[in-house]
Amino acid sequence: MFKYLAKRFLEMIPTLFGITLISFFIIHLAPGKPTDALSEMNPKMTPEARERLEKLYNLDKPVIVQYGMWLKRIVRLDFGESFSMDRRPVMQKIWDTKQPLLERRLFITFMLNLIAMIIILMIAIPVGISSATHQNTLYDKITTTTVFLGFAMPSFWLALLLMMLFGVYLDWLPISGLKSMSYDSLSVGGKILDRLKHLVLPMFVAAFGGLAADSRYMRSSMLEVVRQDYVTVARAKGLPEKTVIYRHAFRNALLPLITLAGLSVPGLIGGSVIFENIFGIPGMGQLFFNGVMTRDYSLIMAILTIGAFLTLIGNLLADIGYMFADPRIRTGR
Amino acid sequence: MKTDSLGSLFLKRFKQNRLAVAGAIIVLCLVVAAVFAPLVAPYKPNDIDRKHILMPPDIHHPLGTDDLGRDVLSRMIWGARISLAVGFVAVGIASVIGIIFGAIAGYYGGWTERIIMRFIDIMLTIPTFFLILAVIAFIEPSIWNIMIVIGLTGWMGVARLVRAEFLSVKERDYVVAARALGASDFRIIFRHIMINSMAPVLVSAVLGIAGAVLVESALSFLGIGVQPPTPSWGNILTLGKDNIEIAWWLSVFPGLAILITVVGYNLLGEGIRDSIDPRLWESERK
Amino acid sequence: MRIASSSTIIILILMLLTPACKQKVKGSETEADLKAENGQPAYGDALVEGVIGEPSNLIPMLASDSASHNVANHIFNGLVKYDTDLSVIGDLAESWDISKDGLVITFHLRKGVKWTDGVEFTADDVMFGYKTIIDEKTPSAYKEDFLQVKKAEVLDKYTFRVTYEKPFAPALTSWTSLVILPKHLLEGKDITKSDLVRSPVGLGPYKLAKWVSGQELVLESNKDYFEGRPYIDRYIYKVIPDPATMFLVLKTGDVDMMGLTPIQYTKQTDNTFFKNNFRKYRYPAFSYTHLAFNQKHPWFSDKRVRQAMSYAIDKNEIVDVVLFGLGSPATGPYVPNTWPYNPNVKRYEYNPEKAKELLKEAGWQDRDGDGILDKDSKPFSFTILTNAGNSLRKNTATIIQSRLEKIGVKVEIRTVEWSTFVNQFIDKKRFEAVLLGWSIGLDADQYDIWHSSKTKEKELNFISYNNPEVDQLLEKGRRTFAIEERKKAYFRIQEILADEVPYIFLYVPDATPIVHARIKNIKPTAIGISYNMPKWYVPKPLQRHTMGQ
Repeated sequence: MFKYLAKRFLEMIPTLFGITLISFFIIHLAPGKPTDALSEMNPKMTPEARERLEKLYNLDKPVIVQYGMWLKRIVRLDFGESFSMDRRPVMQKIWDTKQPLLERRLFITFMLNLIAMIIILMIAIPVGISSATHQNTLYDKITTTTVFLGFAMPSFWLALLLMMLFGVYLDWLPISGLKSMSYDSLSVGGKILDRLKHLVLPMFVAAFGGLAADSRYMRSSMLEVVRQDYVTVARAKGLPEKTVIYRHAFRNALLPLITLAGLSVPGLIGGSVIFENIFGIPGMGQLFFNGVMTRDYSLIMAILTIGAFLTLIGNLLADIGYMFADPRIRTGR
Repeated sequence: MKTDSLGSLFLKRFKQNRLAVAGAIIVLCLVVAAVFAPLVAPYKPNDIDRKHILMPPDIHHPLGTDDLGRDVLSRMIWGARISLAVGFVAVGIASVIGIIFGAIAGYYGGWTERIIMRFIDIMLTIPTFFLILAVIAFIEPSIWNIMIVIGLTGWMGVARLVRAEFLSVKERDYVVAARALGASDFRIIFRHIMINSMAPVLVSAVLGIAGAVLVESALSFLGIGVQPPTPSWGNILTLGKDNIEIAWWLSVFPGLAILITVVGYNLLGEGIRDSIDPRLWESERK
Repeated sequence: MRIASSSTIIILILMLLTPACKQKVKGSETEADLKAENGQPAYGDALVEGVIGEPSNLIPMLASDSASHNVANHIFNGLVKYDTDLSVIGDLAESWDISKDGLVITFHLRKGVKWTDGVEFTADDVMFGYKTIIDEKTPSAYKEDFLQVKKAEVLDKYTFRVTYEKPFAPALTSWTSLVILPKHLLEGKDITKSDLVRSPVGLGPYKLAKWVSGQELVLESNKDYFEGRPYIDRYIYKVIPDPATMFLVLKTGDVDMMGLTPIQYTKQTDNTFFKNNFRKYRYPAFSYTHLAFNQKHPWFSDKRVRQAMSYAIDKNEIVDVVLFGLGSPATGPYVPNTWPYNPNVKRYEYNPEKAKELLKEAGWQDRDGDGILDKDSKPFSFTILTNAGNSLRKNTATIIQSRLEKIGVKVEIRTVEWSTFVNQFIDKKRFEAVLLGWSIGLDADQYDIWHSSKTKEKELNFISYNNPEVDQLLEKGRRTFAIEERKKAYFRIQEILADEVPYIFLYVPDATPIVHARIKNIKPTAIGISYNMPKWYVPKPLQRHTMGQ
């Protein structure tokens, strides 16, 4: 078991290297100089000033040297200085140690995705199982249809409609940010309630798409497992249906879902760009979008890398989860 | 003769599947609207009307007008062109790349396969939407670039599928026979194996179109996709967001169009899959 | 759960079809008090302004975005500032003397002004700021004006003198908040790496208390401010990246002040809720939007073609549709009601017939009957470039496109991301026409934009405009202090520009801020509303935000 884990870790290293290479070179293929954003269309900007800025950022060195320098730094989690006008270290933007944990961008995005993931699994698993055990009933048809629509629904459209309904017409829920203006003057309970209220819409939107995919997957994997011999045997032994489903079938049906959950991490993280942008959530996705709009090279490289890294961790966790759920791996085959 | 009977069998099964037929009809409508947009649309998509700015739906403008008084219905019909083009071209690119990589990996095996599979793993680790956004922002956001980028970031699934097919097919008798007869690798790959692996690729392509349509609309919605005044469903939705309080029609209709389109492609794709001989399908999967 | 979510959507769609409008009235303010013009000035409360962009850097000389300057303006003061009538008055300088030849300015500083950390402000701080900005290691976009200085001296603790090589009209007004820095905190340090970038120490009416990236900046009043403690205790910038969301937040009461978009100003704020709770202001902004032609392009080097374009575009239509009437057609590179503005230049009323005539004179006719004019069997088709992400510009370009189509000119629109726009197209002069805006400084000097020597790559006369008379007038305008003489020069420049049409000056938009009605003593002037922000107040009974313990 340890061997297996160690092997997985070792496999991550070349992958990580490949990720940095891809994110670095993709961005350097693009035309244009990054210092453009600094000078903008400013009547007071002279060519000399512009050149000065370019020198300041080492852009005169060959790309391969830039990559080497960058790689050396990111090993120490130093992603360099932002190309935006504030020139802060990129890592400080993503993980600002001067702010409380709850205000750090990476933490916000990480937590939101984690919550979304938990919601997805908590709903997708029971729904998937019950629609599998009630195959071809009305309930199954309704859930299948809903799931299908959820799959096809553009998340930003769903967000827009929900904002319009709950934010504009009903005025029940806040539609922007993670807390209210009056947050600091609220009681502890009030603070928690305030945060929860702000989470409802973004979490609903973030979870909806994944929910569809996962419950559908759970259903089909359950259907497949139920047809297997050992389930038939269990039934033949006269075990109650509940025991058969939850003791014997459930565990095996869960296996592919764990893999799928691991695989859906990049989708979730990528999706945070959209829902953070729409709901004005100050997370990493919003930062990334701003970086993309302002051509903040180092920031984009950093977040691409971190996003990929999070995915790797997600996959690793899925592997570990798989290991625990699958007796064959646990016992070392 | 063999393909003939398979083909008619396929059609028979497909026709019996009501959902699949519905999907086909949706896609067909989309194609017709896109191809005949100039004839179908009641107005020119870019006609500005200063007297009818942000008008709610009425008889003259069934889906209302936008912030320059342009007819939303007409713009959506023209937008179907974008949607259709992006879907097909992006998936075309992805399929070609995926088939090439998958075929090479599956046929040659060994370190070639390992390198390709590792590359695929790496590509799958980077959140696709991040990757697309990064690239789009640095190049010019024209419709062609969007198609290419979506294609370049979406081939991994196809490659894996093709590789799996190859692994299962390459030791079959007819391939072994062809090799024994001295056929070139290229010929074996394309004449003997490829044909037999196409069905799952086709299914995944049709499903992939749905994904590409969603990505394009998201990019346009974020303002870095198809550029105005070219109408696309995504950028009409952006106007919907800008005018969320006063113009619900700008948010509701384009979103519905996207939803229906994506459902259409999904139904069609699944219909095709179910209609391909299920036994054949299953044996190919193993 | 499934069922619930699907029915939610159905309800959702039903709801959308019934346009209910629910207004929320918050707080305990009584209507009468809110509506009253004034009340008893009182300390306390907070003002929350919604802003689209987050500041990047609160050291003014390092920042080149307006978001940063807006915040920094509350934290730093300059030696001089503009009064509401656009004349120059003292700020940190009590007075100043200008030598007869205009080459030497001696500033006499206020005594007893303290940085918010308690250290006294002196001429050394000014000197330090000046040296920092001209230092080539300082990446400042504002060096140019200070490189004109030949010599700077600290005469004593409260006297600072600068000497110029040649008379330089914008000299005095360049000594604003850009160059006032606390020497005792920055000396010997790399200014770009300084903590002061994100937690500045200033001497203005407010000081920064908290900055949460991507969310908000909280300023607290400087109780020892040299012009007196500001009434409003906290000034909070809440970052909300899009105007539609910001507007919704304004309605819920979480934001007190924002800049309205034209449609919000005209269509969404004329109801009783807004009349009772908010006050809208409207005044011309210091900027204009224009369509600039590449003078090197063979078609647009012909003046008649440019004039024809001018006749074919209906500026009033643009003002009506894009700005909902909130602005005025522009006639030149200055805004109305400022001293350099010349109201009597040639105007081009919308006249497509005249446009066609002029084009015909220039050889453009529809010879092949395809609806597009042609000459030497080339169709008249060109591209308007503009930057992405500005919906007003995008709409303006779209209207121009449809108008020019009517006289047989085919226009493509391309929106390009800003840095690509500048780097690949503007700098390389690879464009036919661009749609852009200039925000104009309060000084009339526009040497960099129009002078024929400023056409090199990355310089601002990117359309390659070249008119010897304009060159001469620009030089004249910047080398004298006499307003009347400067005025004459700039009036003439506007006449020439109007006739030659290197740009089609499209419109001057109005600034349209809205502020919650409980905030009193807002007096709109030519330079906007925020100049007397420290004097704004909320009468005690109307105060809404209290300090958290």
